[in-house]
Amino acid sequence: MSMFQSLMGWVDARFPATKMFEDHMSKYYAPKNFNFWYFFGSLAMLVLVNQLLTGIWLTMMYNPSGEGAFASVELNIMRDVEYGWLIRYLHSTGASAFFAVVYLHMFRGMMYGSYRAPRELVWIFGMLIYLALMAEGFMGYLLPWGQMSYWGAQVIISLFGAIPYVGEPLMEWIRGDYLLSGITLNRFFALHVVALPIVILALVVLHIIALHEVGSNNPDGIEIKKLKDENGVPLDGIPFHPYYSVHDIVGVVVFLAVFLTVVFFFPDGGGYMLEKPNFEPANPLKTPDHIAPVWYFTPFYAILRAVPDKLLGVVAMGAAIAVLFVLPWLDRSPVKSIRYKGWISKVALMVFAVNFIILGICGVKQPDLHVEFLPFDLTYRALGQIGTVYYFAYFVLMPFWTPREKCKPVPARVRMGH
Amino acid sequence: MSSDGVNEGRRRFLIGATSAVGAVGAGFAAVPFVQSWQPSAKAKTAGAPVVADISKLDVGQRMTVEWRGRPVWILRRSPEAMASLKKVEDNLRDPQSAESNQPEYTKNEHRSRSDHDDIVVLIGICTHLGCSPLYRPEVGAADLGSDWLGGFFCPCHGSKFDMAGRVFKAVPAPTNLDIPPYYFMSESLIKIGEDGEAA
Repeated sequence: MSMFQSLMGWVDARFPATKMFEDHMSKYYAPKNFNFWYFFGSLAMLVLVNQLLTGIWLTMMYNPSGEGAFASVELNIMRDVEYGWLIRYLHSTGASAFFAVVYLHMFRGMMYGSYRAPRELVWIFGMLIYLALMAEGFMGYLLPWGQMSYWGAQVIISLFGAIPYVGEPLMEWIRGDYLLSGITLNRFFALHVVALPIVILALVVLHIIALHEVGSNNPDGIEIKKLKDENGVPLDGIPFHPYYSVHDIVGVVVFLAVFLTVVFFFPDGGGYMLEKPNFEPANPLKTPDHIAPVWYFTPFYAILRAVPDKLLGVVAMGAAIAVLFVLPWLDRSPVKSIRYKGWISKVALMVFAVNFIILGICGVKQPDLHVEFLPFDLTYRALGQIGTVYYFAYFVLMPFWTPREKCKPVPARVRMGH
Repeated sequence: MSSDGVNEGRRRFLIGATSAVGAVGAGFAAVPFVQSWQPSAKAKTAGAPVVADISKLDVGQRMTVEWRGRPVWILRRSPEAMASLKKVEDNLRDPQSAESNQPEYTKNEHRSRSDHDDIVVLIGICTHLGCSPLYRPEVGAADLGSDWLGGFFCPCHGSKFDMAGRVFKAVPAPTNLDIPPYYFMSESLIKIGEDGEAA
């Protein structure tokens, strides 16, 4: 017996190292027909590691106080610390990349019905990650303590003020002050660097444990566990390691090429990732001309603004996120994948994706401006209202069209080459 | 484990009772963590109400005090200024202050407390983008037009407000100037930041 084998034997008698490796890697059988949409799960893990690593390093150079925060970012990290600019841009671009990757990952799930039974909890844990990620992104954006950090947070915190009776005291409790101040910055820093990362890591573990319990879905939406060979291995399954662990490296290379191009050449993302007013220190007495959230929140911001009443707007925004949680119970189609669903599902999902992007544009623009790319007269507010109606209609009507539409027969085995 | 002679009811009761006591304990343990998020003593001091002495404030004069980092104006209006409030009403965006922020007891045409309706207390920050408007009481001021009856003018983007801080139509500011909570401690003292008992 080699030294390594005897060492592993010693460990395995005390800790299930080999068993865990086999359960989750070398004997975790994933469907063999994954396409490029299946890169985004492992890419999300990659971005998470990037955020943790760069985040820990930024914590070493950052000063979480109302007096020192702006200077510690714009002077210390961006100019004085060696490679501080790179670590910061990896982190700020990483935040946008995280949302880009997660949105594509979620769209994949919606396309192939990855939320359907028995994967409802995989979807719900994923939604909880998304929710925690939004809180993480929001609190992180306050930390550079620029004008957009300050006023963006002001707008979001004032949403809580719309809640009847408890709104005002709740805002005071969140801020720890009568206005957004260094006290608020300090607690957001603690939540951003300690509390939420722990929550996100725990949720990622739950997401993967749930996934590995039921097995991965695939573009055909076929349960590969139904057909197994004499050893109990799914006929259409291949071990995650080495097949997909190596395969995913291709995705990593392509992703890094795009990601690092942004980091090196467009770190402010055209003013959508690092907004221009944020190069000015936070000033409670001076409001920027135009307050817009970072791009990854804008679809929900558009829904908020589509409703004229402040409280109902907040309710609509919350409902837009909450409705995603119940998606597994709204889809009542006999098939999982979009490949075998009827034309209503195909058209509705494509329009949903385009509509989500349009809502994102509406959330960036001043509501009274007129939409430039339309031949007729329409304000961004009106466009956002149409988009909001479609967003909710998609989910509310789903239980009615999915059981009725004509679906194609699902084959017994997965198809390759699609 | 043998289940002979086990009193299931008693076991369930004990599990329920210990869980309930534990939950109550966890609730109490959460109190310091939740309460520590309230404004600290220092934040409270910085945000404490301020007292202004208005005994030397003449008719038509304005004084400024600072409260929670913002300028608060106290203005003693002349009878002519009070009369102007009615005249400009048609040109105002929100004459009844329905869309604006103020304590309930100032939600009237004078935007003041009924016991001292000539005194108006305003937060001197433009509701548009946070500049501080100028006090322009001169009737018919050359730069503001012959129909100007006195009020406030924001030099940043040209928003105009009347002598009660109500915003005119066709200017960028969306709402009337905010009013902080305040009450009269005596004829000469105003406490800003508290509603007082009478509220």
